[in-house]
Amino acid sequence: MRGNQQVAIKQKIRTFIFENFFFDAKEEDLSDDASFLEQGIIDSTGVLELVEWLEDEFGFTVDDEELTPENLDSVDSLTDFIARKI
Amino acid sequence: MCGIAGYFNIKHVPEGGNLLLERMIWSLRHRGPDGFGFFQDKRAGLAHARLSVIDLEGGRQPIANEDKTLWIIFNGEIFNYPELRRQLISRGHSFRTESDTEVIVHLYEEKGEDCLQELNGQFAFALYDQRKEELFLARDRMGIRPLFYTFCNGRLYFGSEIKAIFFADTAIPRAFNPEVLGEIFTFWSPAGEETVFQDIRQLNPGYLLKIDQQGKITKKCYWQIPFGEISPSRASEAELADQLRELLIDATRIRLRADVPVGAYLSGGLDSSTITSLIKHFTDNELKTFSVTFKDKVYDEQEQQQEMVDFLHTDHHAIRCTYASIGEAFPDVIRHTETPILRTAPVPLYLLSSLVRRNEYKVVLTGEGADEVLGGYDIFKEAKVRAFIAARPGSICRPYLLKRLYPYLALSPSRSAEYAQKFFNTDAPLNDIFYGHRPRWKTTSGTQLFFSDDLAASVGQKPFVKLKSIWHDQLKGLDLFSRTQFLESRLLLGNYLLCSQGDRMGMAHSVEGRYPFLDHRLVEFACTIPPHLRMKALNEKNILKKAMVDLLPDGIIRRKKQPYMAPDILSFFGEREPEYLAHYLSEKMLAEAGLFKPKAVQRLLMKCRKKARQGFRENMAFVGMLSTMILYDKFVNNFSIDLIPLNERTVNVHRVQ
Repeated sequence: MRGNQQVAIKQKIRTFIFENFFFDAKEEDLSDDASFLEQGIIDSTGVLELVEWLEDEFGFTVDDEELTPENLDSVDSLTDFIARKI
Repeated sequence: MCGIAGYFNIKHVPEGGNLLLERMIWSLRHRGPDGFGFFQDKRAGLAHARLSVIDLEGGRQPIANEDKTLWIIFNGEIFNYPELRRQLISRGHSFRTESDTEVIVHLYEEKGEDCLQELNGQFAFALYDQRKEELFLARDRMGIRPLFYTFCNGRLYFGSEIKAIFFADTAIPRAFNPEVLGEIFTFWSPAGEETVFQDIRQLNPGYLLKIDQQGKITKKCYWQIPFGEISPSRASEAELADQLRELLIDATRIRLRADVPVGAYLSGGLDSSTITSLIKHFTDNELKTFSVTFKDKVYDEQEQQQEMVDFLHTDHHAIRCTYASIGEAFPDVIRHTETPILRTAPVPLYLLSSLVRRNEYKVVLTGEGADEVLGGYDIFKEAKVRAFIAARPGSICRPYLLKRLYPYLALSPSRSAEYAQKFFNTDAPLNDIFYGHRPRWKTTSGTQLFFSDDLAASVGQKPFVKLKSIWHDQLKGLDLFSRTQFLESRLLLGNYLLCSQGDRMGMAHSVEGRYPFLDHRLVEFACTIPPHLRMKALNEKNILKKAMVDLLPDGIIRRKKQPYMAPDILSFFGEREPEYLAHYLSEKMLAEAGLFKPKAVQRLLMKCRKKARQGFRENMAFVGMLSTMILYDKFVNNFSIDLIPLNERTVNVHRVQ
């Protein structure tokens, strides 16, 4: 995947996270490697919302085995996961 | 059941006049619509709103002792009053009424504050000693009946609900206590005796408060849940089950003492089914049962309710809750809870008590308290599993155990054990006194994302510091299971379920709840059951199930526990959006209140309008903020005091002195 495509994906993720989980926070409040769970940004139900969005937005399915923090728990890990899937 | 209110002059301030007491008690008329009674002298004033349940003719209050030097106003029930009355009469006391209230006056004459040790009941009362010019306030052991108080301009004010205090004097500040808001948005309830309103305190469960003519205040805990006193008893499970059964039968039997018919709530779960079955099998009470049903199958337990109705042949009545009916009742519910709530679960109980009232019943028995006392909650299971895994990180049982937790949740651990493990891993050491509650509090405090910068700055870590200062000594040294149970009993049960979901929802329609599982003899007994038998492996309420095995259908005993829940955000966006939402959550009102970030709330509203199914944090944040803003509007900003209309005054008022 080309670098600017990766940047675009990352921006999409950030926009989604801010609109749906971070509400009125400032850009600098979320670093790309911050753990969503540890920072209290996403809880266990939020993960499902995230998965639903991934499937809608990028057109792939997320299997139960892929439901892991390694894949989904930060902007960086999500970017890598999406890059692997599309 | 009733409402009480009053005051005590600490300094020599002019007496309040009749209107002061009338205002206070008028605010509590929903608790006791059958008449008002007053006592007043230079020092103190007592007011009582009455719901006639025992001694329908003679039970008017205030009630005095033989020489009219002690005066009492009482809210609640003393279930062992016939026995106490007989003993007192044999010791030479003479009674003027048949009521349970009079028992306290005579017991107090004999034993002073130790009278509380003799009472088996659910109560809050104020007893005024006219000779000594002393006021004595007390509240039942578990916190079933409420009592609030405050000091203002040389006077102590008290009442069954906070509104009675606010009705007393406009000089009493009506402002939020930001630290307690932080507690509610962490623990679901206040941590201790401070309420969400500045300077208004509850008298804690199991506490008494005395104030003398010098203004000296004595506050004392007269009973505490005795976890930790596990005797090395060799009783077998079968023997424990027998003992529990005997206690439960007696606790139920004495709670059917009333001069009006007594009904029961039937949720379909083990606890209310237990109580209903005991009433049917061991008493001759003509049984009416009452249930909530939900249109949304996720919350509905109709099938199990019907199973019990068929099993016991009760005269059954149900009320159906829709999203819209919950949304519609919500503002009125908050006027009654007088505190922010993070879930709508009290609302169906508010609707249910209106059904009871329409059936002309005033008293219902429920299964409340069994989960705390006998070890039923998932949070106990969760603590056990987390502790097991923490101690044996390599165990091959790990995925299997995680799967047993919360099978009904959206992202259930059975879908993703990795997530479950990360979610439940809080880095708390096993000896952390709050170990069991950490994951819940972590999720809940996520709601503070919406706090304004000011509110966030005044909260910080204070909820935890305060909770620790209150409970550390009680909790240290207890095993993990008892520790979690203790906190759940004092926080969730005492400061949320029994008040916001219990007393206040019943009393909104003048309906009194009674709770056999909270009989203090039963609580004391339950504390002696060894923790590993309370929940045997992961089988919750093990001893209770054994005690009830021949009195309940197999399906009810074996049923997987389903926690009582109601739709939260769905209630406001699932069918139609109530008109008041746009008002309470407008940017203007949010900015004026200064508690939550207006823009963030607007974004959450937009998200909910797009999709009404949301995650835990969003649901709790939404319900919590909406209830806070309703309180802000009704109590802080636009509070209005009304007076007893003249026609009510002449008909019902009973005055002493």
